[in-house]
Amino acid sequence: MKLTKIVSALMLAGLLAACSPENVKDGDATSNNESQTENQNADGVQTGGLSQDGLQGGTALEGAVVSYEKGAINDANNVLAEKVIYFDFDSDQISEDYQELIAHHGKYLAANPDMSVRLEGHADERGSREYNVALAHRRAQSVRRLVLFQGVNAEQVSIISYGEEKPVALGHDEESWRLNRRVELVYEAR
Amino acid sequence: MRNKLINYLNLLNLYPMNLNPLKNLKQKTVSVKFWLNQFGLRVILLLALAFSFSVSQAALLVEITKGADGAVPIAVVPFELTGNTAGLPNVSDIIAADLKRSGKFSPIEKNKLIATPKDLEEVNYKLWRIAGIDHLVIGKLKVIKPDQYEVSFRLVDVFKGVQLLGQQFVANGSNLRSISHRISDLIYEEITGQKGAFNTHIAYVTAVRKQGVQPSYKLQVADTDGFNSITILNSSQPIMSPSWSPDGSKLAYVSFEKRKAEIYIQNIFSQQRTKVTSFAGINGAPVWSPDGKKLALTLSKKGNPDIYVFNLEDKKLRQVTKHWGIDTEPSWTPDGREIVFTSSRSGKPQIYRVSANGGSTKRLTFDGPYNASPEVSSDGRTLVFIQGEGNIFKIASMDLQSGFVQVLTDGPLDESPSFSPNGSMILYASTDKFKGVLAAVSTDGRFKQKLVLSEGDVREPTWGPFRK
Repeated sequence: MKLTKIVSALMLAGLLAACSPENVKDGDATSNNESQTENQNADGVQTGGLSQDGLQGGTALEGAVVSYEKGAINDANNVLAEKVIYFDFDSDQISEDYQELIAHHGKYLAANPDMSVRLEGHADERGSREYNVALAHRRAQSVRRLVLFQGVNAEQVSIISYGEEKPVALGHDEESWRLNRRVELVYEAR
Repeated sequence: MRNKLINYLNLLNLYPMNLNPLKNLKQKTVSVKFWLNQFGLRVILLLALAFSFSVSQAALLVEITKGADGAVPIAVVPFELTGNTAGLPNVSDIIAADLKRSGKFSPIEKNKLIATPKDLEEVNYKLWRIAGIDHLVIGKLKVIKPDQYEVSFRLVDVFKGVQLLGQQFVANGSNLRSISHRISDLIYEEITGQKGAFNTHIAYVTAVRKQGVQPSYKLQVADTDGFNSITILNSSQPIMSPSWSPDGSKLAYVSFEKRKAEIYIQNIFSQQRTKVTSFAGINGAPVWSPDGKKLALTLSKKGNPDIYVFNLEDKKLRQVTKHWGIDTEPSWTPDGREIVFTSSRSGKPQIYRVSANGGSTKRLTFDGPYNASPEVSSDGRTLVFIQGEGNIFKIASMDLQSGFVQVLTDGPLDESPSFSPNGSMILYASTDKFKGVLAAVSTDGRFKQKLVLSEGDVREPTWGPFRK
């Protein structure tokens, strides 16, 4: 599986930047700050990557290239190669694993104002369809807030929510559901 | 070509039916010429569209998954056929299947019939009484001329030894199924006292998704037994949330065909289509108000999903809910004064009610961590919704007066419940070996069935209103 969580010492700056008031959702400020502190102490090594369902957290991609050149989004070795953010069930909270990745995408968009990104929100098949559209919309909104925090022009970031209508994994098990609870970043030249 | 068109119009009950009942029903005769003159423009439009419709005749398997105790034993005797009736729908089979699907009747199998009377004089009441049959349906199908048939039926009370109903209709090949459902409705109402809902439409969405092939989504309308399905919209992008207009002529739905969510209204007869909303973000969950003049819907144009009411007459939009949580899935109370909806304002999805003009909300569901997708029954007494816990999602109902909740199905992924217009059944989306199928459960939970369509996943069924 190519879906990897990128955590390296290089990215701590991005991680710190991502810990913004924008990201703090009602009542969750404390837990967010705590988990960020833990990661900083880890000194560049991924810790606490497992979420409640025990399925999140992949291998760290050591030595990924950090560059915001215009073509960087097409470079398989660049941190920007990862364009999917995963979520817990019925949650629009971005886990700390993804905050630095989203910050990289934000920095890329800030450096390339002629590029735009479409955030496509998705949900797994459980629960009602329109509620899942709303949930997936809020997932995309959560990503958007973090992207915009990097000084990105609001017009560069659009949102579409598909709810559970466009699964990537067609199975009906935990692994398929995990893969389907996602926001995809789709880049386009403006 | 013209035959095909007329067939199509007949199918939709648009083309005037030539009904000649013995009693109760007024005779209605309108010539084809008049029809063409008056509706020439629409007919031309339909001619242009006629090629794009495919009408499927047999695509359904009904599986009774839970039988009901106390179903009324009834014998539907195969109708006497006169003339060349080859290839025609089997009227008595359709009636027996309808009655069986309702859960309130247990028609005896054809090969177990002790006699096959065709006329009242041939009925041996004593024989049927001994066999424990309460009611008997007999009838005839006669060819009058090519593609014109006379259908007659009689409903007999075996114990009283009297005829309860006797009617005669004139049909053609394409509305014979509709006439059969109508007979089922009359029988159902005579015996149960409740209006039958067999001669109505259902709408649903199908999705065919295979690895490496472009997905295909279809919005379809069919008879309640799954026959005569018509594709209303075919798209490579998702279609969601169909909702019937109260007069049964239009569907509102969400289409992603332009790579964004938009709400459309489409006339199922003329196919004429209007875009209703196309705001940035969510345009979802459209539901017609009981008076047909408004749509309740979900928009996120201010950033967060909230419920709005769109007035179809003056095109004005009014915001109903304002909350940082998710508010979606509106359903009107039958008086049109209130809206029941799903909200995550407590942290998890739960069901609330609010005045259609906005204002304070009242929480309705408290059992379990996930209650969503509410629909209020047409008498305003019952709420049906999905109740989730862990990975199991079931259909549940609530008595709105007492708050009593009854779980009606077993899951694991049941959703999109929709009442039949007479309130006796709840149609919903279920799974069968992970394939999306339609299912129905009686409102009391005692009787269940699955309706398996031939192709793809079937989801979001919604039962149309009584035909006018």
